[in-house]
Amino acid sequence: MQQEYPEFGEPESLTEETAIAKLLQKEDLGQRYYAAWWLGRFRVATPRAIDALLMALEDSQDRAPDGGYPLRRNAARALGKLGDKRAIAPLIRCLGFPDVYVREAAAQSLETVGDASCIAPLLKLLDGGVAAAKQVPGKPHLVQPYEAIIEALGTLGAQEAKDAIEPFLQHPVAKVQYAAARAMYQLTGNSVYGDILVKALAGDNLQLRRSALIDLGAIGYYPAGEAIFNTLAENSIKLIALRGLLEYQLKKQSEIAALSEESIKLMQLMDGLL
Amino acid sequence: MSIQKYIEAVEKADSADRLLEATEALADQKNPAATPTLIEILGYNNPGAAVAAVDGLIDIGEPAVPYLLENLDSYNYGARAWATRAFAGIGDPRALDLLLNAASTDFSLSVRRAAARGLGFINWSKLPLQEILPDQKRVLDVLLLVCEDGEWVVRYAAVVGLQALLEVVSENSEFVKQILDKFQYLREKDPEIAVRARSQMAIKALVSSK
Repeated sequence: MQQEYPEFGEPESLTEETAIAKLLQKEDLGQRYYAAWWLGRFRVATPRAIDALLMALEDSQDRAPDGGYPLRRNAARALGKLGDKRAIAPLIRCLGFPDVYVREAAAQSLETVGDASCIAPLLKLLDGGVAAAKQVPGKPHLVQPYEAIIEALGTLGAQEAKDAIEPFLQHPVAKVQYAAARAMYQLTGNSVYGDILVKALAGDNLQLRRSALIDLGAIGYYPAGEAIFNTLAENSIKLIALRGLLEYQLKKQSEIAALSEESIKLMQLMDGLL
Repeated sequence: MSIQKYIEAVEKADSADRLLEATEALADQKNPAATPTLIEILGYNNPGAAVAAVDGLIDIGEPAVPYLLENLDSYNYGARAWATRAFAGIGDPRALDLLLNAASTDFSLSVRRAAARGLGFINWSKLPLQEILPDQKRVLDVLLLVCEDGEWVVRYAAVVGLQALLEVVSENSEFVKQILDKFQYLREKDPEIAVRARSQMAIKALVSSK
């Protein structure tokens, strides 16, 4: 899921000027970290903001206790929100960085701003397949950010990645399986893959049900509507998922006045969750 | 089985699944004596059980309202959202001020959302005749304002609330005009496609009912 500020509480108010200044100064690392997030959150997509974020993407001053690069992570996430194509090559470079969370943020951002040039470098990270996709000893994560990589390949329409992605349906980590199902559905349109996610809505674990809801919303899988409505999870997340389905239906229509039966059905479901 | 047994089953539930089952069984009794327990469940951070508890409270209806109102201050945000949903479902005018306030000012978007929807489903026949029109006007004004909320889902809920209000005030041409103007504005101008589509659906419902 995208990182957002919490529902309660107001973020410190910055302006484009002050945010860029805070990002460029070197004394207060916390301020730089916050400013990078802020520029993304408030969609400040000006050339100067992009320049500052691209600089932050190369930062090696801000280091986490685990050896990671927090500022790079936030800069990579922000660049994904801002959608400037200049970020593509630097984000591809991030895919080779040692910090797995920088690689994850870069893959997520390339999913939204990327183009066909990202496909080969992303696909390369799947080398070795499921056998290589093991947990890093002593760490909570796998050797690569597989979810983010696979989701990006699916969204980017990487037909050449199908053979590499398909085996990940059998990966032991459920969220990786879901990412594979989501991408395979996007790449093939085959309902077999959508139905894997629908089945996941009935699972025992709330986190995983939420994850499957988000995935179904992202692929706009219409047959999931009723199952989403009935999932044991917060209505907020179910509404976001159904909105995802609705958006896909509405995009098929030539104009808003011609509501399809499917769109109406989805809105009736949404009405019941308010 | 006595209602007490159902309450005990909720209290003894030692897993999320058991709590859900026990809550559903208790809610099915539609017994006002279940009210305090159902309200307590709203605060457990178990969405499945909370849904069942809200349904149960809505089925109990009016008798649950005083207890819900009395204990409102002690709720956490999650519980407040669920309680607002219960008020919204019961539609009791005693909760009108609470819903008006929640729809326009609550911090939590899920509370604003539930309140905006609930304002459209007030059981007006419970009010003295002379109070109905002024209170409907307050609901209308708040819902028109909530159509400007920063969160798409709250605006969506306001449209649903306005559509329901429209059905009860359909004889009042001034109200109808204000609501219809708002729907038309949102259909053209709202940044969120789901809100534009929902406004269109509300317009279509009005046209076909005429």
